[in-house]
Formats: sequence, structure tokens, C-alpha cells
Amino acid sequence: MRDAVARLGRGVLEALERLGRGHVLLLSILLGLGEVLRRPRLLAEQLFNIGVLSLLIIGISGLFVGMVLGLQGYYVLSQFGAAESLGVMVAASLVRELGPVVTALLVAGRAGSALTAEIGLMKATEQLAGLEMMAVDPVRRILVPRFVGGVLAMPLLAAIFSAVGVLGGYFVGVGLLGVDEGAYWSQMQAKIDFDEDLINGVIKSLAFGVVVTWIALFQGYDAVPTAEGVSRSTTRAVVHAALVVLGLDFVLTALMFGDG
Amino acid sequence: MPKRRNIELLVGTFVALGLVALFFLAMQVSNFNLKSSNNGYVLQARFTNIGSLKVRAPVAIAGVRIGRVESIRFDAATYEAVVALRIDATVNTLPDDTFANIFTSGLLGEQYIGLEPGGSPDVLRDGDTITNTQSALLLEQMIGQFLFKKAGESG
Repeated sequence: MRDAVARLGRGVLEALERLGRGHVLLLSILLGLGEVLRRPRLLAEQLFNIGVLSLLIIGISGLFVGMVLGLQGYYVLSQFGAAESLGVMVAASLVRELGPVVTALLVAGRAGSALTAEIGLMKATEQLAGLEMMAVDPVRRILVPRFVGGVLAMPLLAAIFSAVGVLGGYFVGVGLLGVDEGAYWSQMQAKIDFDEDLINGVIKSLAFGVVVTWIALFQGYDAVPTAEGVSRSTTRAVVHAALVVLGLDFVLTALMFGDG
Repeated sequence: MPKRRNIELLVGTFVALGLVALFFLAMQVSNFNLKSSNNGYVLQARFTNIGSLKVRAPVAIAGVRIGRVESIRFDAATYEAVVALRIDATVNTLPDDTFANIFTSGLLGEQYIGLEPGGSPDVLRDGDTITNTQSALLLEQMIGQFLFKKAGESG
């Protein structure tokens, strides 16, 4: 009995410690942000790893999500004789929710896991310690460019996802199901607000970019430096990032669109 | 890992692609190009009942959108709703006896303000008030009146 209570206590304390280490790491990353201005090449490399290499999966997912939205939206809307609103439905769901959220989940799986594994392996093979021996701060040299790369790539990827999705909905709605082309675009333009919908979507994906890259970097940096430890951290990075993104999305949606 | 030069090229393409997507969303998907938030002029209109008119609802003449509802507030002295309309600067020849009606687009659509120009030679300017207004038609009221009339006929 005492053992069980002690185990519970140890679990809570370890979780709190990890949370604390995570925030300390975030703080030192934020303090080192100036590094990317001095070494823009490191940032370009990370934009390539996180952004360019994720383009294919983002584009294809966006296309199919948009096409499915077109089919399903038409099915429901045509029952109310409101098939012309298909464009509004597709664009609003993509720009407000699916674009930022699905992109964040895909990036967490595609690029976040790679970041964790890379940094965990650097730690396991003592490359990070080696950098420190040479008086190079591994946070500034390794983590900061990856963090900035992830935060910058996320809204761009989300915008590509939404744009491709709107086109996918257009192909299905207008091309396949015969929704009026003018109504599809004009209703969309009339109902989707630049500030309310688009800017809020970009703010969302920036926030997701911060948490996804932060979690991935921290899990790698905090990994137990063994093969098993790195593999666990990689799993944990994806799982935690997905959960935090979905939870944060609810909070942000409630704040942004909660009042109708 | 591709060569340095190729990385820069690909990253540039990626960033450009992302910005093009954002631009596409702004121009083609959202109302960015219809927005006239900081130009144009404001007219006031007083209604006894605005139904379910919302801020940002369209203002139209002859079915063409020429502005939007900027704000709605309640005047406690006259018990009226005061609606501020932001009208495009290009539409600057509205006579001062223009009629403002609250219409509904379609049977269940959203409500909008339709303006009907009168024949007066004087023009409405920034800050002026439209005096000729007609309130929103409430479905419940219309049904009530209809039933009342029917009851009167039969009795």
C-alpha cells in the first residue's frame, strides 16, 4: 500500500520535473532566437527538412480532405436545398479547423518524430556533449534553428493544405456533383472573413508550430541516451504533440469563435 | 542530402508556394478584396425592429452589394435600434430620402439591408441618418396577423 502511494507520488513528481525542464528548455530556446539571424543557413536547412520534405504528404492529404468534404458536405447540404453553400462549408472547415489541425498532426508525425530521433541520437552518441566541449551551445546551434524552422513552416504548410483542399472541394463539388461554379466561389467570399477566419487560422497554426516543435525538441533533448530511450521519446513526442494540438485547438477555437 | 544550392532553391520554392497559398486564400476564398473597412462613409439608420440582422450583413442597392453593417446598438431614449452602415466611397449619390428596408435573402437566408433611392436632389453625406426605414418582417408577427384576419372574417 505504501509502495503504491509512493509510486504515484514519484510519477507525479517526475511528470512535474519533466514539465519544468521543458519550460526551461523553451525559455533558453527563446533567449537564443537571435542565433538564426547570425546563421540563416542553419535555418534554411531546417526549413528544407521540416517544410519542403513535408510538402508531398500535406498536398495530397489536403486534396483528399477537401474532396471528402465536398462529397459529404454536398450530401448533407443538398437535403436542405443549400448545395450552393458547399464552398462556404468546405472553406470554413478547412481554414478554421482542418487546415491548422491536420497539418499539425501530419507535421508531428512526419517531421516532429524525425527531430526527436535526430536529437535523441545526437545525445546518445554524445555529439551534444561534444559541442559543449568545444564551447558551442547545443541549444543555440542545434535546437534554435529547428524550432524556428518548425514554427515558420507550420503556417505555410497549413495554408497550402487549405488552398489545395478548397481546390479539391471545387473539383468534386463543381466538377463531379454539378454545384454552380459562381455560387461556390461567391458564397465562399461572402461568408469567409479575412480577419475572423483566415488570420485566426494562421494564428492557430503558429501556436501549433510552437508546441509541436517544442515537444519534439524537448523529447529528443530529454531522451534517455540509449536505443530504447530514443525510441520511447520518439513515440512520446508524436503522442504528446497530437494530444496537445487537439486540446489546444479546443481552447483556441473557444477563444476565437466561441461567441458565435 | 541535396547540395546547398539546391536546398536554398527548394526552400525558396516552398516559402513562395506557402505565400501563394495564403494569397489565394485571402483573395479567392475570403472577403479580403471585398473589404472596405477603412474607406467609404458611414450612414445611420434607425429601425423599430431589426429582426436578426447581424454586424457585417450586406447593404445592397438593386441587389448589388455596396457596403455592410458596421455596428448595431440600442438607443434607450427612443427604444430604437441604431444601425451604422459603411457604404463604399464610390456610391456617393444616394438621395437623402433613400428608403432602408431589412430584407431576407431567400426563405431562410440571412437578413440584409436593401436601400431604395428616392428622388430628392440632396445627397446623403458621412454621418447622416436615413429617416425612411422599414423594420424587418417577423414571421411570427405575420402569422399572427394572418390568423387574426382569418378569425375576423369567419366570425
